[in-house]
Amino acid sequence: MPSVSDIIGAMDYGTAPESNAHAVEWLKEHAEGFGHFIDGAFTRPGKTFDVANPANGQTLARVSQGSAADVDAAVKAARRAFGAWSKLSGHGRAKHLYAIARIIQKRERFLSVLETMDNGKPIRESRDIDIPLVARHFYHHAGWAELIADEFPGYQPAGVCGQIIPWNFPLLMLAWKIAPALAAGNTVVLKPAEFTPLTALAFAEICREAGLPPGVVNIVTGDGAAGAAIVDHKGIDKIAFTGSTDVGRLIRKATAGSGKKLSLELGGKSPFIVHEDADLDAAVEGVVDAIWFNQGQVCCAGSRILVQEGVAPRFLNKLLRRMQSLRVGDPLDKSIDMGAIVDPIQLQRITGLVEKGKSEGGTLLQAPCELPGTGNWFAPAIFTDVEPSSTVMDVEIFGPVAAVMTFRTPEEAVQIANHTRYGLAATVWSENINLALDTAARVKAGVVWINSTNLFDAAAGFGGYKESGFGREGGREGMYEYLVPAWEAALKPSTQAKAAPLRALPPESVDAAPIDRTAKLYIGGKQARPDSGYSYSVYGSRAKAIGQAGLGNRKDIRNAVEAAVKASGWSSAMAHNRAQVLYYIAENLSARAGEFAARLRQMGSSARDARAEVEEALARIFWYAAQADKYDGRVHATKSRHVTLAMNEPWGVMGVVCPDGMPLLGFISLMMPAIAMGNRVVAVPSPRAPLAATDLYQVFDTSDMPGGVVNIVTGERDELAKTLAEHDEVAALWYFGPGVKAVEAASAGNLKATWASAKPRDWLSRTQGQGSEYLRRAVQVKNIWVPYGE
Amino acid sequence: MNELCPIAAAARFAPVARNPGKALTPGWFEDVKVNLSAAERRAASLPARRSVKKNYQAAWLVKALQCIDLTTLAGDDTPGRVHRLCAKAKRPLRDGIVTALGLAEMPAVGAVCVYPAMVPPAVKALEGSGIPVASVATGFPAGLTPLPQRLAEIRYAVDQGAREIDIVIHRAQVLLQDWAALYDEVAAMREACGGARMKAILATGDLKTLRNVYKASMVAMQAGADFIKTSTGKEDVNATLPAGLTMVRALRDYGGLTGFQIGFKPAGGIKTAKDAINWLILMKEELGRRWLEPDLFRIGASSMLGDIERQLEHHVTGRYAAATHQPLA
Repeated sequence: MPSVSDIIGAMDYGTAPESNAHAVEWLKEHAEGFGHFIDGAFTRPGKTFDVANPANGQTLARVSQGSAADVDAAVKAARRAFGAWSKLSGHGRAKHLYAIARIIQKRERFLSVLETMDNGKPIRESRDIDIPLVARHFYHHAGWAELIADEFPGYQPAGVCGQIIPWNFPLLMLAWKIAPALAAGNTVVLKPAEFTPLTALAFAEICREAGLPPGVVNIVTGDGAAGAAIVDHKGIDKIAFTGSTDVGRLIRKATAGSGKKLSLELGGKSPFIVHEDADLDAAVEGVVDAIWFNQGQVCCAGSRILVQEGVAPRFLNKLLRRMQSLRVGDPLDKSIDMGAIVDPIQLQRITGLVEKGKSEGGTLLQAPCELPGTGNWFAPAIFTDVEPSSTVMDVEIFGPVAAVMTFRTPEEAVQIANHTRYGLAATVWSENINLALDTAARVKAGVVWINSTNLFDAAAGFGGYKESGFGREGGREGMYEYLVPAWEAALKPSTQAKAAPLRALPPESVDAAPIDRTAKLYIGGKQARPDSGYSYSVYGSRAKAIGQAGLGNRKDIRNAVEAAVKASGWSSAMAHNRAQVLYYIAENLSARAGEFAARLRQMGSSARDARAEVEEALARIFWYAAQADKYDGRVHATKSRHVTLAMNEPWGVMGVVCPDGMPLLGFISLMMPAIAMGNRVVAVPSPRAPLAATDLYQVFDTSDMPGGVVNIVTGERDELAKTLAEHDEVAALWYFGPGVKAVEAASAGNLKATWASAKPRDWLSRTQGQGSEYLRRAVQVKNIWVPYGE
Repeated sequence: MNELCPIAAAARFAPVARNPGKALTPGWFEDVKVNLSAAERRAASLPARRSVKKNYQAAWLVKALQCIDLTTLAGDDTPGRVHRLCAKAKRPLRDGIVTALGLAEMPAVGAVCVYPAMVPPAVKALEGSGIPVASVATGFPAGLTPLPQRLAEIRYAVDQGAREIDIVIHRAQVLLQDWAALYDEVAAMREACGGARMKAILATGDLKTLRNVYKASMVAMQAGADFIKTSTGKEDVNATLPAGLTMVRALRDYGGLTGFQIGFKPAGGIKTAKDAINWLILMKEELGRRWLEPDLFRIGASSMLGDIERQLEHHVTGRYAAATHQPLA
């Protein structure tokens, strides 16, 4: 070590290593290898693989490679435990979660050190961010467990949950998965990432120590094959996954039609917008927290830095100056800013993308810091001379490399920000509250940080728009991912036989009408002939044709989606105005109640049933009109001097594929919550009974409904549903019919959120056919963090 | 044990060219944006991002000691009290600690800071030591006496041998955003200082907003301040890291625009060795190595020295030290 005098001259920091003696001792105790944690006990280590320290490549431990049989044993244990655990009182579960939180706090430093050794992140981060957030998450969810009956009446746990977590925040992602699952009364089988399984195994010991009943938490270690065994297991009711968009897509396909509830938290290429009226020094520090936090291996990393052109030179100067003092090195050293990349494979990926960026003409500017000789290192970097079309501006690098480009106007900033397949997070720097909130409102992302970045709290929801996945973790919105409405869980499978294809040939027998009426498609507020040029016969109760409906095809869906995209004004209209349109629809439908009842009778309803269906349809429209300006967001209690707004935002363009039962009420029950919340809808009515729906377009036309808000395409349901499910402009799809599997599989393209069921529901019932579950499914929650103070 | 070496043998820095000031230029500060929450986050993370241990910690503490403006600013100050403080300024550590640290000579503090009336005894006591006497002036701490008296006070202190003058600004001029008035007064004070270095105390606790802190910093520098200083020690809120961060960013911006290096002095409520290290880390991270020398960085403190002594004694003995074992200042 240099002398005091020498140091006084140089004034360097030297090294300040955190001791890892306890973690080393713990690893030594497990030198024979780790088994899985199943049914409250560790199995004997099976076939094992090595887990390495990314900072020096040394092997830390040997961990078992989970097999399908291991997963099966874990699922069976979880199933056995589910009965008692789900029936335990909320208070009973709260005590368990509280005990876990307390023990985590008591092991805080051990877990921090172990996490840093396993993952390569700086001890400052594991100590000051990861592990405190883990404890906070369990405390917060001990609270939800306590309150579950009061706050979520009518909901029940999903069942056995399969949870697959990534390597970037190993224990924190475990907490995000396990805490809400347990609070809601589920039992879990969790697979940590193969690079970083150690804190999950330490957590298993904590569960044992806390006296958690055997089987409530099961940890199976292993690689993607073990993950696939979880995804495919028939005994699992819910899959929660955090990881890459590609794997998320595979999981969506694999679980299609299985009835498994699904939440996906996937990749991102999040914009980091610096307006000219920002505190530039603060924004520069924000970049440090955005892209050099956790070596940039953060799904919500602000990796696209968009700077207003006028301040770009000053901002870049400040940023480059800031890069001079970044320190990279031994993650256990308390004086470093950035640690090691988790694995050589990841380093290769980063290097490969950076090389591509350079070859496309980008300029790589890297911090001039020294890097250690062994281990996986990449110096903090930014790319300049890049455009939206550059690879490094488009592809998630998942490393400490941001791409910087300029914009001219706030309008353009939003446009660039939203031109991405992802929508996880966004950061906005501006000292002008009007501009900051306007940008936050317009950017398509599940989390928006104003004048801050990468803030997390258990009370706030986290999760993405678009191909960043669906579902939220944290807060009230996160709890719903582990709950199902009791009525929905109790629905019975359909007994209906498979329907015959629709026929465009002339009918054999016709129920004569006074004047021949032609039901057309309804697209962009106008009646449209089907592209196919064909219509099909619609039969009433007496097997006689009662009319014709257009035989829509994929081009009609395309046109309808285009019309819906254009009708964006509906989504930003005042909720009161949307309510007025809904009330007006009810008014005009009421005036024609007799006509609609007659239509229903034609299709086989009794006079009484027909009247009841129309009456209930009117009541339902009123109910959703009433909700239009009342199903609003929340302000979450996160950090002090922060407003954390959880805003309910419409999906944008939704597909709604309607059931056969109750042709009028079924259609209304799905359409009204969707448009009340501000969505524009492409609807496919029941192919057997489309005329009640097509009759409605005359009602819409007279009710001040803007064109394109509701579009109706009749025809073969599953063919049209597939086109909707595959359409990248459609953000969410509700499907009520037999073809759930195909729809869910086809939705994997843009990872749209789906609500699909083949189980008939009683639309007349206000429990099954109406309610907050419909509203919740019609929105996505955007959390906007607004720190304040002057 | 360390070999005995002269202090800071490695550090050879060009002397700081004196800031001549410039015409009042509101365009450099009027539209400044300072985000409080972001400044607080940075201030909170700075000490968590850096840590100095063992010899490094000892060295950094010696450096902090060399940057102290050892201060007494109390109504009951007497020549005897000042004499005692000056003795401590010359011999801030016991010989045994100096030797054990491997220092070839006794380090000295940056300056001794007193009220104007105490300048003569301080100058006398420090004669031959090379340690400058700094005097507060201009109606310290409120700065609300008439300008001629405030200027006369400066001239008196300089005449009596003070080589540094810690002036206070007229806070109302900041609160009313009367930049011309503030500029004119501070420029007049700078002129009155003559060859003495001028530290402008902004009293950030009175200015409340960080935007005010930035603007006042910029006006003081444009008016020719050699140092900007946070507090008198008499406000409700003393030196805070967010205010300090805002000031060092302002002086960095000023340096970028003019090429002149401005010094920084946090003062008030800085009591522990850990506080001193945190301020040094702030300087190194935001401004770089050059700002860790007494010609560009001072810490206004009195009791902090005792804590540094204790920490250094612990470093050389391995035993925790008692405050009463350190000679009184």
